[in-house]
Amino acid sequence: MQVDMSIIIDFIPQLIVGSKVTIYITVLGLLGGMAIGFFAGLMRAYGGKFANTVAFIYIELIRGTPIVVQVMFLYFALPVLASIRIDPMSAAILAIVVNAGAYIAEIVRGAFLSISKGLTEAGLAIGLPHWKVLLYIIGPLAFRRMIPPLGNQFIVSLKDTSLFIVIGVGELTRIGQEIMAANFRAVEIWTAVAICYLIMTGTMTIALRIVEKRMRML
Amino acid sequence: MSFIEFRKTSKSFGPLAVLKEVDLTIEQGEVVVLIGPSGSGKSTLLRCINGLETITDGDLVVDGLSVTGGKKQLREIRQEAGMVFQQFNLFPQMTALQNVALGPRKVRGLSKEAALKKAQELLDKVGLSDKGNHYPSELSGGQQQRVAIARALAVEPKVMLFDEPTSALDPELKQEVLNVMLQLAREGMTMIVVTHEMGFAKQVGTRLIFMEHGKIAVDDDPRTVIDTPPNARMKDFLSHV
Ligand SMILES: Nc1ncnc2c1ncn2[C@@H]1O[C@H](COP(=O)(O)OP(=O)(O)OP(=O)(O)O)[C@@H](O)[C@H]1O
Ligand SMILES: [Mg+2]
Repeated sequence: MQVDMSIIIDFIPQLIVGSKVTIYITVLGLLGGMAIGFFAGLMRAYGGKFANTVAFIYIELIRGTPIVVQVMFLYFALPVLASIRIDPMSAAILAIVVNAGAYIAEIVRGAFLSISKGLTEAGLAIGLPHWKVLLYIIGPLAFRRMIPPLGNQFIVSLKDTSLFIVIGVGELTRIGQEIMAANFRAVEIWTAVAICYLIMTGTMTIALRIVEKRMRML
Repeated sequence: MSFIEFRKTSKSFGPLAVLKEVDLTIEQGEVVVLIGPSGSGKSTLLRCINGLETITDGDLVVDGLSVTGGKKQLREIRQEAGMVFQQFNLFPQMTALQNVALGPRKVRGLSKEAALKKAQELLDKVGLSDKGNHYPSELSGGQQQRVAIARALAVEPKVMLFDEPTSALDPELKQEVLNVMLQLAREGMTMIVVTHEMGFAKQVGTRLIFMEHGKIAVDDDPRTVIDTPPNARMKDFLSHV
């Protein structure tokens, strides 16, 4: 069988649909993941014993289990346990939220704690309450340090969406699989799918480089 | 009641007793110079005043407010006690002007314009009129420390706490910081200064306190102590600074 990339042209519309689903899951999942990650990360860094422990357990549960198991749990086990029915798309987004959230929490915690203690003391010493010190002084500095590892996590999460093929979400990998099943053009199809992923991750990388350059690194 | 009162104030870090039942009163207008060997508790004593360290026993009252009186009271104390650190600790993402304006704006609640105007006046005062738009990384150590002094003054404190403000500076930069401090002392600012600069103590100090093992060993007039040390350890210490 010879390789003929031109057959891909017929499948471009389907690949675009798949890519859009991938982007949709990634963007919503990461928005939620950022919210949870910031919250859990700050709980780890500044919370009392209880808050710290809760966040620690969440992070370790997620980091210690594969994302495929997490999404299987959300999709198949949660309905049994809590009689919450959840569609594949929601399960996929939720899986990215909880999964990325845990990794982002560690990034947030690390970045905040990496800022010199002297700056917190200087902020407290002029009479600012602790939360304002975090908001005006430490937060902006920590945020700059978070950008590279966050970018990394964004790319990992985008690629993780391909694993949701296991619950039948129509994202890019699943679409590739479906096209493959119909015509058996493995080389062409998987090359095209890979290129779609590269375009998405490449765009993210470039966007992050620009943000990084704009920020004065301190 | 005195302006600052240590009442059998103790501070330990775990099993390590750093301040041992310190009794000390300081009045407004005094310029207290604090010296002593490394680890004797000078920084800790200073940091207990504005609650950067929490005292473990006794009491410590600043202008009628106890450091043990809760968060709100502690913030009031911090507005009354400005602090200058050995390592400057300027906020690196802010210009000199923004560093100084932060306190007036976010602590004292001034408008942005009023805060920046006040900040500029203070930069003028410490001799950095033209450095307002520079970031800390673009300033020399001496300039950074003068910005840090301006930042502390901007909150209009009643007392200024200095923890070895010139120790991180090259000799030729020390004097520009000392000059600002001398000027402040002459204007009547209440100051507590941890320093090895005995010249400063002699020129404007009203009291010299020598700390040893978490206790006040000597508390007297600076000129008297420096010229005629009361004991051998003190004499030995002074010969090394
Ligand atoms: N956060 C802390 N945790 C544990 N021990 C501490 C802490 N801060 C200070 N100490 C200890 O308390 C003692 C007194 O420290 P302090 O910084 O007050 O001394 P100092 O007189 O300022 O010394 P130096 O001249 O070196 O600055 C030292 O033995 C120090 O190791
Ligand atoms: Mg010290």
